Amino acid sequence: MIEIQNVRKSFGSLEVLKGIDLTVAKGEVLTIIGGSGSGKSTLLTCINGLEPIDSGKILVDGTEVHAKSTDLNKLRQKIGIVFQQWNAFPHLTVLENVMLAPRKVLGMAKADAEAMAVKQLTHVGLADKLNVYPTRMSGGQQQRMAIARALAMSPDYMLFDEVTSALDPQLVGEVLDTLRMLASEGMTMICVTHEMKFAREVSDRVAFFHKGVMAEIAPPAELFGAPKDADLQKFLAATH
Amino acid sequence: MFETALTAKDLIFLAKGAGMTLVVTAISVFFGTILGIIFGVFRYQVGPWWAAPLTFVLDVFRSIPLLIQLVLANAFVTTVLGIRISGFTVACGVLSLYTAAYCAEIVRGGIESVPPNLRRAARSLGLSWGQDMTQIVMPLATRVALPSWIGLALGVMKDSALVYIVQVVELLKSTQILITRLQEPLFLLMVCGAFYFLISFPIARFGGYLEKRWSHD
Repeated sequence: MIEIQNVRKSFGSLEVLKGIDLTVAKGEVLTIIGGSGSGKSTLLTCINGLEPIDSGKILVDGTEVHAKSTDLNKLRQKIGIVFQQWNAFPHLTVLENVMLAPRKVLGMAKADAEAMAVKQLTHVGLADKLNVYPTRMSGGQQQRMAIARALAMSPDYMLFDEVTSALDPQLVGEVLDTLRMLASEGMTMICVTHEMKFAREVSDRVAFFHKGVMAEIAPPAELFGAPKDADLQKFLAATH
Repeated sequence: MFETALTAKDLIFLAKGAGMTLVVTAISVFFGTILGIIFGVFRYQVGPWWAAPLTFVLDVFRSIPLLIQLVLANAFVTTVLGIRISGFTVACGVLSLYTAAYCAEIVRGGIESVPPNLRRAARSLGLSWGQDMTQIVMPLATRVALPSWIGLALGVMKDSALVYIVQVVELLKSTQILITRLQEPLFLLMVCGAFYFLISFPIARFGGYLEKRWSHD
């Protein structure tokens, strides 16, 4: 379970998270929507401990992410994150990209790490690209590789930060299909997205962020069908 | 018997000088690179303010002509400190620091060329700072830094001609000794240049080969 309690975060004088309270249960798919600068991506990087927070608490399975005593490298094994930019390691083949963390972080034997990598790459439909360098692949393929790379650590939670925003429109579908597949398998996911149709389909709950505040959170039918917040109504009208 | 023509012995003498040039260069580039990596990573990691004293010292090594550094270092060590060490040791020490001063900048530039997003992705997978450095940053930075580093190594090899000032008989000094005897400066300098070319060319080619091999990504 991920528990976010009154989290505040500023970049200089700009407060991007103004007291967020949110709980994500095991197996839940939560999507976060909202305009740019609403703080949704920042929240994801805070959950993973990549960004410090100013006040409040984030607990992952009871472990406080930003406590001094927390071993972040260990905690991150539980939380996979995939970014807007897929960040493939260009000097490693697709297989090596996926094997790296299981080998170095989990200390897996080479054969086991390779088996795990092949399994995850097959899962996302890249079984025929194992020995290709990522720069030779399309953005969509690289993004799916990034998803396989995160999955290879067998995380309990997956965070997706606008993973389709940097893709050409015709490549968005293949990545969303991969996310749908993960959701149907019961993975706990928090997805920041601009894909409203996707949010409506896969989410258990949808949260709307506006100017650093979680303005509304509800199951998709309710949030999209009968939005209460005035800013959400405007946002939805603008995205249709 | 006093010879006034170039003999096989003279060529061997020059080859020995070239050997000394290679040894001084190899030692200096080896230690200079290790120190340069340490200094470069330190400078990058602690930021410009904390690294200011180190940056200043490295700037001193980069801005004072090598010849002056060699003479002063030799005088300082042997006269002021009263330590009896060979000119060879002084030469290697000074050239190592000189190399390190340039190498630190190359290393820092290489590290800065690695996109921060890649490092974030590495850390998000649970890799530690050290693992991120060795698995992601160093391999990528090396590709960027290699051409400059090869240039530095070749430059140090040519600059090593100056260590004659602390009584190290390397290639250029050997040539000067022969010039004194044979009075054929132009011809001997051409032979000397050919020797320099023979030892630099493989290094430059090897660098080119590595660049090509890594170009797939």
